[in-house]
Amino acid sequence: EEAALREKLAAYRGVWVFIEQTEGEAAKVSWELLGKGKELAAARNCPLSAVVMGDQVEHLCRQAMGYGAETVYLMDAPVLRHYRTEAYQKSLCALVEKYKPEVILMGATGLGRDLAGVVATVLATGLTADCTGLSIDKGNLMQTRPAFGGNIMATIVCDKFRPQMSTVRPHVMPMPEFDASLKGEIVREPVPVAEDEVQVKVLDILMDKGGSKVDIAGAEFIISGGRGMMAKENFGLLEELAEVLGGVVGASRSAVDAGWMPQDRQVGQTGKTVRPKVYIACGISGAIQHLVGMQDSDVVIAINRDPEAPIFEVASYGIVGDLFQVIPSLTAKLKALKGARSGA
Amino acid sequence: MLVIACLKQVPDTTQVQIDPVTNTLVRDGIPFIVNPYDTHALEETLRLKYSHGLKSVALSMGPPNAEATLRKALALGVDRSILLSDRAYGGADTLSTSNVLAAAIRKLGESEEVGLVFCGKQTIDGDTAQVGPGIAVRLGFSQLTLVDRIEKLDLDAKTITVRRKLEGRYEIVEARLPAMITVVRELNRPRYPTVPMRLASAKAEVESWSNEQLQLDVNSVGLKGSPTWVSRIFSPERQEGEIIGDGMNDPVAAARLLLDRLVQGDMLSV
Ligand SMILES: Cc1cc2nc3c(=O)[nH]c(=O)nc-3n(C[C@H](O)[C@H](O)[C@@H](O)COP(=O)(O)OP(=O)(O)OC[C@H]3O[C@@H](n4cnc5c(N)ncnc54)[C@H](O)[C@@H]3O)c2cc1C
Ligand SMILES: Cc1cc2nc3c(=O)[nH]c(=O)nc-3n(C[C@H](O)[C@H](O)[C@H](O)COP(=O)(O)OP(=O)(O)OC[C@H]3O[C@@H](n4cnc5c(N)ncnc54)[C@H](O)[C@@H]3O)c2cc1C
Repeated sequence: EEAALREKLAAYRGVWVFIEQTEGEAAKVSWELLGKGKELAAARNCPLSAVVMGDQVEHLCRQAMGYGAETVYLMDAPVLRHYRTEAYQKSLCALVEKYKPEVILMGATGLGRDLAGVVATVLATGLTADCTGLSIDKGNLMQTRPAFGGNIMATIVCDKFRPQMSTVRPHVMPMPEFDASLKGEIVREPVPVAEDEVQVKVLDILMDKGGSKVDIAGAEFIISGGRGMMAKENFGLLEELAEVLGGVVGASRSAVDAGWMPQDRQVGQTGKTVRPKVYIACGISGAIQHLVGMQDSDVVIAINRDPEAPIFEVASYGIVGDLFQVIPSLTAKLKALKGARSGA
Repeated sequence: MLVIACLKQVPDTTQVQIDPVTNTLVRDGIPFIVNPYDTHALEETLRLKYSHGLKSVALSMGPPNAEATLRKALALGVDRSILLSDRAYGGADTLSTSNVLAAAIRKLGESEEVGLVFCGKQTIDGDTAQVGPGIAVRLGFSQLTLVDRIEKLDLDAKTITVRRKLEGRYEIVEARLPAMITVVRELNRPRYPTVPMRLASAKAEVESWSNEQLQLDVNSVGLKGSPTWVSRIFSPERQEGEIIGDGMNDPVAAARLLLDRLVQGDMLSV
């Protein structure tokens, strides 16, 4: 039985990264995964490949190579123009059955999770959700992920089935360097789905202009406010600080629910995961659902008047005090510093 | 036509902790709640019951105490509540969970056509968002995840149009019925039970199906049917931070000290 299992597993080789794209533009998490995938492939002594699917998306193959893919499997056809579960599932499953990769990584985005769940079910294999850590141990992928709203971490294994599939949280794996001199091979594959087999039609795509166009997920400096801000008008204090720092303003869910900030600024479990250079939490208590969205920031600064607030447990630097006194003097001193530097 | 809500009973995650000695979850005394997203799945099921005259069913796979969740669904107005419970179903990952739920939906479909299945976007314990897609693909239903609005439901043409909420964009999608839909909080505002309905539900029957009814291969359910397993569980690590200055009594000095740290650490781009 042992031997049969070993033989079954040995038929699978290689690390794959699914390149997520909308309108021909790749999701950044796909490149982050190629960076991580490179490491895993080295540990398994096997090649790193990318899977590109869409309509007229060959340009993404070049990009994938620059981020380290040695082979790029390309499925390019009008039926794949918009992401639709059924069409993408059939295409990806066909590819997996043909080439038998050992590991498949996808972004834990809306699209990635929609696709990964069906593909794993059809392939009857394991899928670990929303990973924040991946490594190889005794030939198996050790998949570490937060569960219970980030209260605990769990390491998941799938040692008797292949491929091992994970979705990985965006902004957690570092972005690899792009190297235009890297070369690879494009393998074109036929798309095994016809338009009339697909039960779903995308009628329209609306870019979200509801809130602000600010993308907090990509910012290097984030100044977030919570219930301690007391009122919508007070967010002006944070905007001012953000402007001097060259950052953006984020919020806790309480601040969003109170209508002080738009939903797209929410950081946390049900908002965005961010990983800026500096995250400043102002009047935020640090509930676990907030922490899971920002605790991987390089530097966390907390300003809170309650010394017992859990936010201090994840803070690199904390000030116990009244934010209405601390923030304005921080902004003033920064302005002075900036002025002195540009004057010098 | 049936509309089905899948409800998971979950521990209140703000209470979950790890025993530092045994490194296992402390389960004693943790209150259970209906997974918050699933209350929105249930609400939509009830709305369609009343607006389109569909027959509504709530399903939950879990231990016997998950009956409490299904009784709440009855109090809110579902026509039937069915608990899928069997020793063989314990220790399930998402693959074997979707197997059991799909089997129950298939069985319901034998006596009446299933039009829609609603699930939550994800749970607050396992947090995977994988069970809904697993159900959809097993049944060959159209899959519509992250739905925040139902634009149109046409039961004669057997089509549904919804809005999906994705990162930085919305998609308007039309699909054929039957469909499996996962819902986000913005979809609706869950109702509360009225006193008469709550009283009536105390007497109403929560049906219970075991594997005798579902007849699934015991190797495809529960722990045996789960390719993934948890090898280690631990608390997230935290590094020691530094409290700077005396912000209460001298906020100006504290701000200055903080700025010094940032400048020394080369953390500012100004
Ligand atoms: C720490 C930890 C980590 C885990 N990690 C993984 C993992 O990475 N991969 C994996 O496959 N499994 C994992 N599991 C197992 C998995 O969480 C559950 O056991 C599985 O039964 C349901 O998955 P979920 O809670 O993530 O549901 P989700 O897929 O998040 O649930 C989505 C929706 O499906 C419906 N639903 C889910 N479960 C039920 C149910 N029992 N009854 C009725 N409706 C339901 C609900 O409508 C729910 O909102 C993990 C378990 C633990 C304890
Ligand atoms: C399923 C679920 C998902 C969730 N998802 C998210 C999420 O994505 N993001 C999120 O943020 N939350 C989320 N939450 C909510 C979370 O549990 C907390 O309720 C929320 O984060 C609290 O927001 P807060 O810190 O702003 O408010 P509070 O907890 O009320 O904290 C306010 C803080 O401000 C401090 N304060 C007050 N006045 C001052 C002052 N003048 N100067 C300095 N400090 C002051 C107080 O000491 C206090 O610590 C979720 C909850 C659930 C159940």
